[in-house]
Amino acid sequence: MDRKRLDCDILIIGGGPAGLAAASSAAKNGRSVSIIDDNPNPGGQIWRGESSKSSIPQAAALLNKVKDLGVDFIGGARVFDQPEDHLLLAESLNDVLELQYSKLIIATGARERFLPFPGWTLPNVMGAGGLQALVKSGMPIDGKLVIIAGSGPLLLAVASYLYKHDAKIVLIAEQTSRSNLLKFGLGLIGQPDKILQAIDIKKQLFGVPYKTNCWPVSAHGHGKLESVKLKQDDRTFEIDCDYLACGFHLIPNLELPALLGCETDDGVVKTDQFQQTSVPDIYCAGESTAIGGLDLSLVEGEIAGYAATGNEQQAEHLFNSRQKHRKFADLLNRTFELRDELKALPDQSTIVCRCEDVTFDRLRQYNEWRAAKLHTRCGMGPCQGRICGPAVEFFLGWKPESVRPPIFPARLDNLIRVATASAEVDTVTR
Amino acid sequence: MRETVSLAVNGIPVTVPQGAMVSAAVAIAGFIGFRRSVTGQPRGPLCGMGICFECRVTIDGQPHRKSCQIPCSNGMDVRTDG
Repeated sequence: MDRKRLDCDILIIGGGPAGLAAASSAAKNGRSVSIIDDNPNPGGQIWRGESSKSSIPQAAALLNKVKDLGVDFIGGARVFDQPEDHLLLAESLNDVLELQYSKLIIATGARERFLPFPGWTLPNVMGAGGLQALVKSGMPIDGKLVIIAGSGPLLLAVASYLYKHDAKIVLIAEQTSRSNLLKFGLGLIGQPDKILQAIDIKKQLFGVPYKTNCWPVSAHGHGKLESVKLKQDDRTFEIDCDYLACGFHLIPNLELPALLGCETDDGVVKTDQFQQTSVPDIYCAGESTAIGGLDLSLVEGEIAGYAATGNEQQAEHLFNSRQKHRKFADLLNRTFELRDELKALPDQSTIVCRCEDVTFDRLRQYNEWRAAKLHTRCGMGPCQGRICGPAVEFFLGWKPESVRPPIFPARLDNLIRVATASAEVDTVTR
Repeated sequence: MRETVSLAVNGIPVTVPQGAMVSAAVAIAGFIGFRRSVTGQPRGPLCGMGICFECRVTIDGQPHRKSCQIPCSNGMDVRTDG
């Protein structure tokens, strides 16, 4: 295993749309720009696989631009610690990387929010984006019966993608109310591109039932998923399927900004008008600052890239556009707010922490995270509470605890290597 | 035609398109459980993007590899525990 060192002017964590946009505006100024991402290829989740396929023109254009500007892309490596200011450590399959930077742009995006319900740990119950990611990664879905459930515009995007790949979509179940959706539609007036997008997706899904006020209450099967029970108003019904793709909107990935000491507010990273966080030299763009979709991520990334390279005037030109997209983000998050009834989803024996198999009734014996962790190991497995944390926050109101390194499980020999290296430095300076 | 990659999942030969992730190869080979949980339940991928750690498998003798983030390569030996 090797230890490699990289020095760059601008380091970007995350190669999705925000990170790519940041790279393109930062690299225009002739600075050395590197993007690091834990996936092997750039594009993030929304453009997963686009670096080789080029099926989305907007993605292809940005990916090519970044390549032409000489931006260095380091794939398959994840940041796990910050041993000192302006220095991060990342682990790849075979190496430890030391990343030294002058300015850092965090574009770590978002993940799906999962809400545990009986049977959700059965194989073939996945996230909505989760199933889409697997299909984009080469898993065949043709002819499979799929129920798509949860909340958010992602459900429709996933449905349309799977439909095009010949999945048989049995039902799309959206927990929010019809009236919320109608208000959302009205709120889009003035943004014709977004209305057209919505109409386009709806047309593609012609004939697929889309139910509002509807959510899964349990999944059933022996060793794998066979059927799902759903609830709409006061009625429950059961449907057979091969896959349940279920996610309840998105939540920002805050572990890295929290480790670096960036202030957060109401579950998102706080930034100033130039996308700078509360920590000097650290910027943040995209879904980590608000769940706002592709357009907001792109414009925030572009602003961060300009600002981080001292090009504030060009950044300012983009403020109006960002403002428009932020309004859409607010509307989005109001529309797909989770209903209180979902707090009744887990029963006594539902596993909440999938890493340590901790059930809901064991958790409820405690009244805060720390006690629950100490006694049950909830949130202490390899995902470090990334999956159960947001669920517990929704069900029980427990706020996440502080983040400690390593923020992702790292191999012991890498941690020892890091510790040994700093001990050597200590000896020399002494 | 697109290039393909050949590997084995629990000894079963699988051919996948170049760029496919190990998670896809496991599914194509017909395995639904990827790993066993701490209480012995079968588990498969949840998030598909490297967050949940549910898709862990053993690749070329290395345990706990996240199959959703590792591209298949020729001759790879993948083992599930589901």
